[in-house]
Amino acid sequence: MSGLFRVCVGAAAGLGATAALAAYGWQFPTPVTPIAHETLHVHNLFIVIALTLFFTVLGIMLYSFWAHRKSRGHQAADFVAPKSRKQWFWVLLPFAGLLILDYGVFGIPAYHAVLMYEDSKTNADLVVKVTASQWLWQYEFPAEGVKFTSRLATPREQIDNEQPKGENYLLEVDNPLVLPVGKKIRFITTSNDVIHSWWVPAFGVKRDAVPGFLREFWATVDKTGTYRGQCSELCGKEHAYMPIVVNVVSQEEFKTWLAGKKAPAAVLSSANQVTGVANGK
Amino acid sequence: MANEMADDASHGAAHYQGGMLRWIQTTNHKDIGLMYLIFAITMLMIGGAMILVVRLELFQPGLQFVQPELFNQLITLHGLIMVFGFAMPAATGLGNYMLPMILGAPDMALPRLNNWGFWILPPAALMLVLPFFLGLMGIGPGAVDTGWTMYAPLSVQSGWGMDFAIFAVHMLGVSSILGSINVIVTILNMRAPGMTLMKMPLFAHGFLMTAILLITIMPVLAGGVTMVLLDRHFGTHFFNAAGGGDPVLWQHIFWFMGHPEVYVLLLPITGAVPHVLSAFSRKPTYGYRAQVYGMWGIAILSVVVWAHHMFTSGMSTGSQLYFMYSTMLISLPLAVLFFCWIATLWRGSLTFETPMLFAIGFIVLFGWGGLTGLVLADAAADPQYHNAYFLVAHFHYALYPTTVMGAMAAIYYWLPKWTGHMIDERLGKLHFWIVIIGFNLTFIPQFLVGLAGMPRRIPDYPLMFTEWNQLSTIGAFILGLSHLIFIYNLVMCFRGGKKAEAKAWEGAEGLEWTLPSPAPYHSFETQPIIK
Repeated sequence: MSGLFRVCVGAAAGLGATAALAAYGWQFPTPVTPIAHETLHVHNLFIVIALTLFFTVLGIMLYSFWAHRKSRGHQAADFVAPKSRKQWFWVLLPFAGLLILDYGVFGIPAYHAVLMYEDSKTNADLVVKVTASQWLWQYEFPAEGVKFTSRLATPREQIDNEQPKGENYLLEVDNPLVLPVGKKIRFITTSNDVIHSWWVPAFGVKRDAVPGFLREFWATVDKTGTYRGQCSELCGKEHAYMPIVVNVVSQEEFKTWLAGKKAPAAVLSSANQVTGVANGK
Repeated sequence: MANEMADDASHGAAHYQGGMLRWIQTTNHKDIGLMYLIFAITMLMIGGAMILVVRLELFQPGLQFVQPELFNQLITLHGLIMVFGFAMPAATGLGNYMLPMILGAPDMALPRLNNWGFWILPPAALMLVLPFFLGLMGIGPGAVDTGWTMYAPLSVQSGWGMDFAIFAVHMLGVSSILGSINVIVTILNMRAPGMTLMKMPLFAHGFLMTAILLITIMPVLAGGVTMVLLDRHFGTHFFNAAGGGDPVLWQHIFWFMGHPEVYVLLLPITGAVPHVLSAFSRKPTYGYRAQVYGMWGIAILSVVVWAHHMFTSGMSTGSQLYFMYSTMLISLPLAVLFFCWIATLWRGSLTFETPMLFAIGFIVLFGWGGLTGLVLADAAADPQYHNAYFLVAHFHYALYPTTVMGAMAAIYYWLPKWTGHMIDERLGKLHFWIVIIGFNLTFIPQFLVGLAGMPRRIPDYPLMFTEWNQLSTIGAFILGLSHLIFIYNLVMCFRGGKKAEAKAWEGAEGLEWTLPSPAPYHSFETQPIIK
């Protein structure tokens, strides 16, 4: 009992230490799309409600451990069910609260969020097709006729601990995806072999790439910058080594980049890369 | 009294040859229950050792101890072993040992089936892990390496370790179906006269529902892995779009088994824990009917919510909404159980022996596991948690407190009845507190590193995740090693210790406590009458 109390104190101390370690990352990255903003909002709300519920119930239990313990001479009651109308009211109240929490506090915003998440077919400014393979990503702008592959750029020596690891260890690629800021981008995913999953945490979106099928999602990035993510569906031995890097730039820069990619040589060379073997050993 | 017991024991054992043959031939529920538990604890140690190697590799970024191929085998085997090799046999063992005593029966209804059900397990486990050890010796491609979810087409592509896993799953499935049939038949037919279904102890209700769920879902999994086998070797295209199949079909089949499976692991414990709570509160179980209906609610809902594991796979909007709202509904029957557990404690006369500590630990930690499930049910927010370490931490908070701590609460509680000796309370409490520290140190950092964006099932990770992984690894070793205390305590309890009375705990109620400790070989030779 006193031990449980100690655990609570320990947990509080742990949370304090956690705040001090903020630099190491323990919360969602700063959201940059409407979906990511929404998800962070839901998450923060959830954490507050869940922690409140958890510690309230734990508090009730701890009080009971203290007040109703035998060593203090407490005699056991023998009630097994609510009897009066008043008791029934108090017993049913938490469940009514739970239903409101489920279907009101979380359920209603979640409904709108799901509709927003799935709204990939309307008003897209740009379409990007993402094709996953073991173990690289291929990005294609079908309307613009641009196609290239993107694979891990971290040298093998860093993975094998023969060289010191760089700042973006395992989160760097040879050809990052470049996207314009403030434009609604419709992503279409598919795969050449097994299921992969495209995830950039700052975008708040994750969608599987399923071989033989197309899946879609969308993102409108509201801030320029470099955003990094990883494959998040186990896809074989190099699963840890297929990162995603997205450079979000201004419309002008994007146009320049796209024009550079359109040069036939670039298309040809990336077409060759597709058939090449994965990096690594 | 003591002489009578000795006679009883020799009378029972006299049916069998001595030595190993006795254990192979035995049809006695206590012998078989004990073998299940020994098997389960052995598998717990093997699966645990495997994940400690994984945690060692994850202590630092970069590859230090194992290459990715081996890493994937380790995480896959850890999952399969813990679910099918440890958690389910541990529950079956507990049920085997306790059900006849709790129902007032001499034995299980189908003793030969019982024996067969158990003896399928060791070969199945061997089948599962053999390719792993062969692989270590340089023979073959190693064990199944697809993650325990065995997602197609990765599982179609994988080496022949996958074929071994498929047959192992078949055998494990047969074993648990046989065990389930036995549990259902025993509960429906062997109750003491006067014990109606709604007078039956919650323990039996938990096992009845588990058994019904298992018979519902295991054939589906068996069918699913058979389809993988056909795709691999016989030219079918169930999971291949080029032949008109669909990889996502596997996910539906798997999670139709996989989600109820979570409740298969939970329900025996929700049946057992009220016994412990009531005993150490010296107060009758609160809301017996509500708990029975709550468990039924969980069991029924569990088979209609499976696709919440697949929100990122690209389902239709309507499906996402349906699976989100139906999943949220499960919080209601679960909340009923939590309410009843805490109301059982409330205004009791509480003492905190080892079984009680584990039962409370189960309630508190499983409570957090359940709460985090709420936000995972949100189909739009889920992608941010899905397949990240947040999810790993969530389901370990759901499964560890139930399958491990709940089972330990039950084992510590009934151990005096099995051995005739009380356990060493000091060691038991030490075990509990080390588990609490180790468990939280392992999994709280995993919540945080998951929010920061670390995907699961990777042997190597970006530098910003290092500190949390190091804490988690330290916690995992504390947690893993703490169970050596448990095993030591268990062995010492079988070998000797303070004599246990028939009613080993002051507040314990139920038919099993009317039997002497240790209980006679054929639990109730004359059925007791329940008024």
